[in-house]
Amino acid sequence: MNDILDIFGMILLLIGGIFLFLGGLGIFRMPDTYNRLQAGTKATTLGGMSVILSVGILEPGWFIKTLVLVIFIALSNPISSHALAHANYKRGNKPFLKGGPEYDQYRKTFEQEGKETEENTNEKVKEEETA
Amino acid sequence: MLNIIIYITLGFMFTGIFFSALRFVLGPTAADRTVALDTLTTIAMALLVLLSFVYKRFIYIDVALVYGVLGFIGVLVIARYLEGAL
Repeated sequence: MNDILDIFGMILLLIGGIFLFLGGLGIFRMPDTYNRLQAGTKATTLGGMSVILSVGILEPGWFIKTLVLVIFIALSNPISSHALAHANYKRGNKPFLKGGPEYDQYRKTFEQEGKETEENTNEKVKEEETA
Repeated sequence: MLNIIIYITLGFMFTGIFFSALRFVLGPTAADRTVALDTLTTIAMALLVLLSFVYKRFIYIDVALVYGVLGFIGVLVIARYLEGAL
């Protein structure tokens, strides 16, 4: 039983190391900020989760603490990557698209969101003025 | 057997850290550097947990947790600043 758990932990450790290496390589080689975000965030999420979980399996007394770390990575990494992509788009750094700018699916939603926030602020200003 | 696999994993992780640090230095825009910083934070968390297993020190896992929380908040604040909202 213990040997099987050890072998499972070693395989997870090796998979995690390979994915962390691929994340670093993708961040170095990819041509665009959005591609770098994709490669770096997703590969390192899987790699870090599997390395930490393998330590929890190899040392069974630490399993709860490593599970907390794994849940934290699974919650925090997508949020930070989403915030970075949104900030990068809002700065005017458009993604490279092969078919031309009409393939930018996010642009309509982005412009609509901007209009809505502007309308809301205008309404608030009007309400304050009338009050 | 376990020793060899730990050495191989450490080699992979240090190569990934090398490439991310290279992008952190080279990166043309501020967003690229922030992406590299995010990746470096995650790899360093995994490295700290693996070192706590190698040295049999339980306290390094807490260090990794605090480092992860601080890195996450830092990346969020930098993204907020790049938006122009800060």
